Amino acid sequence: MATVDVDLPHVKDEDPHHHGPAKGLGRWLYTTNHKDIGSMYLIFSLSMFMIGGIMALIIRAELFQPGLQLVEPNFFNQMTTMHGLIMVFGAVMPAFVGLANWMIPMQIGAPDMALPRMNNWSFWILPFAFLILLSSLFMPGGAPNFGWTFYAPLSTTYAPESVTFFIFGVHIMGASSIMGAINIIATILNMRAPGMTLMKMPLFVWTWLITAFLLIAVMPVLAGVVTMMLMDIHFGTSFFNAAGGGDPVLFQHVFWFFGHPEVYIMILPAFGIISEIIPTFARKRLFGYSSMVYAVASIALLSFVVWAHHMFTVGMPLVGEVFFMFATMLIAVPTGVKVFNWVATMFRGSMTFETPMLFAIAFVVLFTIGGFSGLMLAIAPADFQYHDTYFVVAHFHYVLVPGAIFSIMAATYYWLPKWTGHQLNETMGKLHFWLSFVGVNVTFFPMHFVGLAGMPRRIPDYALQFADFNSMASVGAFIFGFSQLVFIYNVIQNVRAGEKATAQVWDGAQGLEWTIPSPAPYHTFSKPPKVD
Amino acid sequence: MSKAFTLALSLLSTPALADWQLNMNEGVTALSREIFDLHMLIFWICVVIGVAVFGVMFYSIFKFRKSKGAVAEHWHENTTVEVFWTVIPSIILIAMAVPATATLMDMYDTSEADVDIQITGYQWKWRYQYLDEDIDFFSNLSTPREEIVNESAKNPNYLLEVDNALVIPANKKVRFLVTANDVIHSWWVPHFAVKKDAIPGFINEAWVKVEEPGVYRGQCTELCGKDHGFMPVVVEVKSEADYAQWVADQKAMKLAMANEASKKFSMDELIAKGEGVYQAACAGCHQPNGQGIPGAFPAITGSAIATGAIDAHVDIIVNGKTGTAMQAFKEQLSAADIAAVVTYQRNALGNTVGDMVQPSAIQK
Repeated sequence: MATVDVDLPHVKDEDPHHHGPAKGLGRWLYTTNHKDIGSMYLIFSLSMFMIGGIMALIIRAELFQPGLQLVEPNFFNQMTTMHGLIMVFGAVMPAFVGLANWMIPMQIGAPDMALPRMNNWSFWILPFAFLILLSSLFMPGGAPNFGWTFYAPLSTTYAPESVTFFIFGVHIMGASSIMGAINIIATILNMRAPGMTLMKMPLFVWTWLITAFLLIAVMPVLAGVVTMMLMDIHFGTSFFNAAGGGDPVLFQHVFWFFGHPEVYIMILPAFGIISEIIPTFARKRLFGYSSMVYAVASIALLSFVVWAHHMFTVGMPLVGEVFFMFATMLIAVPTGVKVFNWVATMFRGSMTFETPMLFAIAFVVLFTIGGFSGLMLAIAPADFQYHDTYFVVAHFHYVLVPGAIFSIMAATYYWLPKWTGHQLNETMGKLHFWLSFVGVNVTFFPMHFVGLAGMPRRIPDYALQFADFNSMASVGAFIFGFSQLVFIYNVIQNVRAGEKATAQVWDGAQGLEWTIPSPAPYHTFSKPPKVD
Repeated sequence: MSKAFTLALSLLSTPALADWQLNMNEGVTALSREIFDLHMLIFWICVVIGVAVFGVMFYSIFKFRKSKGAVAEHWHENTTVEVFWTVIPSIILIAMAVPATATLMDMYDTSEADVDIQITGYQWKWRYQYLDEDIDFFSNLSTPREEIVNESAKNPNYLLEVDNALVIPANKKVRFLVTANDVIHSWWVPHFAVKKDAIPGFINEAWVKVEEPGVYRGQCTELCGKDHGFMPVVVEVKSEADYAQWVADQKAMKLAMANEASKKFSMDELIAKGEGVYQAACAGCHQPNGQGIPGAFPAITGSAIATGAIDAHVDIIVNGKTGTAMQAFKEQLSAADIAAVVTYQRNALGNTVGDMVQPSAIQK
């Protein structure tokens, strides 16, 4: 990003007609303010993270030892399914939308999102989607138990009755995501401050712009596939029913055509966040800004032609296997460029290691480990051994937990002083970081080993040879899970009190958001700043 | 003394080694070793790249600290370097893709097989049909319930043992035709590096040629419902002579089963036989005590079918109920087994109907 020079008087000269937030519950119900909506998204995401986390702990508690101790296999399957759905659609995606709401207008010098009423609507339908999904736990036959990938016909002919509620919930989440994405694109393309050309935008804005296009492209595909399921279940069609001339593999193709871009929806904004944080704490401009943008764009484009690498064992023709193997390996190139650029940014910088930077560095290391296992999984013949084992579980948790989740935590610590006006408590932040870092690795690293040794995923009980690493992973999971209470404490504490933060907050930070006071006033950039 | 010591040592060390296994099994076929080599190759490539990248990164972290007086430099672009680290990984990847494609072509070459076996996944068991011989049987988990619910000590093959293992000859190319009857399953034996999805309506092919006789264990690897974790795969590889003997034994057994179908049983005999059949074939869903799982699997105790007309009761077991998890058991159970389990369900598990059915009356 080019150096930003801001005309500060415009910011201080607040319009006297502007008023603060409304009082009481109405503020939150009717708000069209991007900061309020951003906060609601983030709080919602944090609550879902806790609920999904409790489910993860139930799973890890059952897997602490071989044998069935705590839950029945059917309930175990409900837990794995709900954990996945809640973490993907309830925790990670809304967190990024919340960050986008807060930061995109402030980073591009816009007064609010382009479509504020739709913004309110796209948030407020989300809690209902998850109430519907969670209520299925109390229905006869139980909650969805067919995995977050809900392969037909297990999720159609053989599904519990609550599958219809699940489909309804997915439709609502999809509508929410699509509206959010439209809003973000409209904001970025139309509301940038004068002088902020596309290639001057902060990388968080760039990655979100590309992510939003991915969302618009694939959420309708998800809506399509669940609608086909609905037709199969209730209206006698046979899209996925072999007995009626349908094709169960079609389900997987359609699902993963959504599912693979979805994976990048959960990681591209993280790339943006890390690309903001590392230059700040290295006090050096991001290395290779344009190659970062092109890398994100190529990852996004490639994500549309790699979906069947989730299906190497499904019995595809040889030429299909080879194509999807090659295409998948190609993704390693732009991803590698990003990692190299982050490292080059640190090289010959002047680094300090505040909490956001610690999370960002952990992101680079652990996400790269997840990337390496991803590269191994791309090798189709070897994937026949890895597929549907704990090796895959280890891989995607490495890119999602110390990947996406760490980036969200890094972003929270990075921008929290701007939101609340209070400096971070570094001691507590570092405590949270080190507990999480140890917890995450003790949980997920041993999963590589049991996976390679032959433990399938999604099983409530396992052969004795996997026992030791499983108990280790369970211990790690409880460390990681409970250390998030420190995170909640840190956030609440920071909202309530703390040393007064300056506008700049971090001495190496660059960008428009650091030109406005901390806490950011309810309305910012009512008059656009000028960017040179 | 030293012999006892060696024995004790091997007893101690064998499970300990297995417990902390870190890497993939090399396997017992030429193909599985080829795949293992690919796995190790890509692993070492990742290690080398990782050491280089993390090396530079940690060097920077220690060297370029503000607290050590480091002052940030101002450069932020270098086209040569950027082209270099785009091109080099691409070359490595192409180098990697070539052997991977060659292995893939081997895996897909299922031609000229000596033995053809159809593998069908059912919730939650495997069916093996030898296409050239008249052999057809089901393979169920044989780990006792008490071990699973921690009421007795677990044996070394816990969850990896079955009543009837798949038997194949050594040094022959065996082709598997993999399909499923209900939902998608996946048939995996790590030592063969064979994993193939079993999909209703599709027939997938895989093959194996094992050099050494032995017993190899694996599991279902595609989530297939409640007992997905409880449908192991066990393959017994026999020498050619032993395999021929086994085929002959199977045929003799089939004859004995046909005779049993015309035998007349007493009520007590049927109930005693039926209990075993029930625990093996029904208890997974309807539960060992017949109470079922409300909302998912109906109870047998007091059910309209198990206490109603006996013909309807026989019919649902023989033909199943379309659109539910209730399978047609005519392929899985012999006439004697069906007669026994029907009689058992009507006169046990809290039911006291008082009637019975003979094998000869079961119309398959």
